[in-house]
Amino acid sequence: MPNLLLVVVVGVLFACGVTLLLERTLTRVILGLTLLGNGTNLLILLGGGYGGPPIVGVTPQSEMSDPLAQAMILTAIVITLGMTALLLAMAYRSWVLTGHDEVQDDIEDRRIMQRAERDQGPESQDDADGEPALVPDDEGTSR
Amino acid sequence: MTWLVPLPVVIPLLGAALTLVIVRRPAAQRAVSLLALSCTLAVAVTLLVLTTTGGPLVVEVGGWVAPLGIVLVADQLAALMLVVSSAVTLCVLVYSIGQGVADGTVGAPVSVYHPTYLILTAGVTNAFLAGDLFNLYVGFEILLAASYVLITLGATESRIRDGTTYVVVSLVSSLIFLIGIGLVYAATGTLNLAQLAGRLDALPGSVRLVLQSVLLLAFAIKAAVFPLSAWLPDSYPTAIAPVTAVFAGLLTKVGVYAIIRTETLLFPGGRGTDVLLVAALLTMVVGILGAVAQSDIKRLLSFTLVSHIGYMLFGIGLASTAGLAAAIFYVVHHIVIQTTLFLTAGLIERRGGSTSLDHLGGLARLAPLLGVLFFIPALNLAGIPPFSGFLGKLGLLQAGVGHGGVLAWLLVGGGVLTSLLTLYAISRVWTLAFWRTPHLDVTGAGDAAEESTAVDRAAGSRLPPLMVAATVVLVVLGVGLTVVAGPLFDITADAAAQLRDRQPYVRAVFPDGAP
Repeated sequence: MPNLLLVVVVGVLFACGVTLLLERTLTRVILGLTLLGNGTNLLILLGGGYGGPPIVGVTPQSEMSDPLAQAMILTAIVITLGMTALLLAMAYRSWVLTGHDEVQDDIEDRRIMQRAERDQGPESQDDADGEPALVPDDEGTSR
Repeated sequence: MTWLVPLPVVIPLLGAALTLVIVRRPAAQRAVSLLALSCTLAVAVTLLVLTTTGGPLVVEVGGWVAPLGIVLVADQLAALMLVVSSAVTLCVLVYSIGQGVADGTVGAPVSVYHPTYLILTAGVTNAFLAGDLFNLYVGFEILLAASYVLITLGATESRIRDGTTYVVVSLVSSLIFLIGIGLVYAATGTLNLAQLAGRLDALPGSVRLVLQSVLLLAFAIKAAVFPLSAWLPDSYPTAIAPVTAVFAGLLTKVGVYAIIRTETLLFPGGRGTDVLLVAALLTMVVGILGAVAQSDIKRLLSFTLVSHIGYMLFGIGLASTAGLAAAIFYVVHHIVIQTTLFLTAGLIERRGGSTSLDHLGGLARLAPLLGVLFFIPALNLAGIPPFSGFLGKLGLLQAGVGHGGVLAWLLVGGGVLTSLLTLYAISRVWTLAFWRTPHLDVTGAGDAAEESTAVDRAAGSRLPPLMVAATVVLVVLGVGLTVVAGPLFDITADAAAQLRDRQPYVRAVFPDGAP
């Protein structure tokens, strides 16, 4: 039963891919996307049906597998390859700039944190007049 | 005249190759890009005239016969989208050339800008012309690949950070689209849209629903429909102004176009319409509430962009000819207006040194022309009567009332509310950035304005004329939509009727009936 085996493989690839995709570091996200891409390619291959190599003279026409599905997979592989290369470059760039490749909080989260700091700012300034009081506050709000 | 059909894809691609070859000669690069996009615009206008008078045009690429080979189909909807998109890309190109000249960065790192921009255009046009689900996917990939480069142009820390979100989300949506293609192919054995129209009808309802859901999910991410829209305001605003503008104007609309195409041609009268209506309502209301809360012009505009996608979904979800016609009209209007507003935001950034409403002030006195350039499209977006935004919304509301039903009435209410809140958000920008007295110095407001922008004045005390000119052209184009609203509505109504009928499209691809 080659088909059932492939279906299970597709499921496992998708599950692992999604898990990796939810990680914070870009390298793992890339690995997740690669797995998802491979799973999708297998899925399309399954859709093309089961048969011999689609070459005239090698396989009788009625027993050929669908060549179109394979052509689509080739295109998808090329596209995934390009995208993976680009993402790797971005991960490297991120590492060069920040020393890690973690995807940071989005701007909204950062703004809320800044607001919290600003709200606390004047009070502590009144109390202790400046920087020393601010520092522990800052850390307190950002956690 | 079918040889015209592939040209909107081929010309920008050739232009991209040529600009890549002459990468060391910026002046020639600019000339080639301008020429390529002007030609594309001319071809698009010709195609619109031809399809309006003579029905859809079809080209079988490479001479391979339809269900086996790839077809490019230009019907009225595709031709209309081509005209608007190429006009907008041309204006944005002029704007970015103006910016490049002004900044003196015509050379080194931005040398990839022109080829990438042209490839982006080719991807957009390819998606509009695709008569094949896989070719639609390829079109999406071309435009997305180019957009990944454009959004991270310069590779600063914030662009890499926000670009990562954009790239990963787009890749996931592309994968979902690819899964959808695999499933459709497994279920029907074809990917040709015209052939699918017949074969999908023959499938059991549950299978159709699965296919429809997967495809809709993929396109909804690309179009930034509410529960799937969080990536957009997070990633668009950090890119350079012309890039943000063209993304905001075009990329989400390609997603909307794909939704229109699949919902009308492949899954007419399916069970997805109620889902679309609910998503439309949530997109409108949640999006605009996000915009109201923003204090940065670019982010605010990104949220209004998300919100107004809801209007288009509203028209599509009604599944009536009137609703569809109004939705297409709204797409055309919104492409022009949203692009204009982002270009103006770029000008504001140059003049005022920031797009944050906390810092800006007194721009109306400092740069009256800029005020006009913001005010007109802003009112247009909010839907103030003489403008096309009003006409589009009116058409949608009429279609909603004509449709009846609880959901439709809810959406009519939501549409009016969104329009009002848009006006509120926009007028907040206007009062804070343009009317407010700059608040640096109480004694001399005028001096304070001078001081607050002193740094930017040194960089470029006047707005580069080419950038202003491009924005003016787009503002005029936006106002012009009101003038030509009658004929334009005729075209969109015609296109909607053809889409709902399905037969003109199928017959154009298969004159002897679908195999």
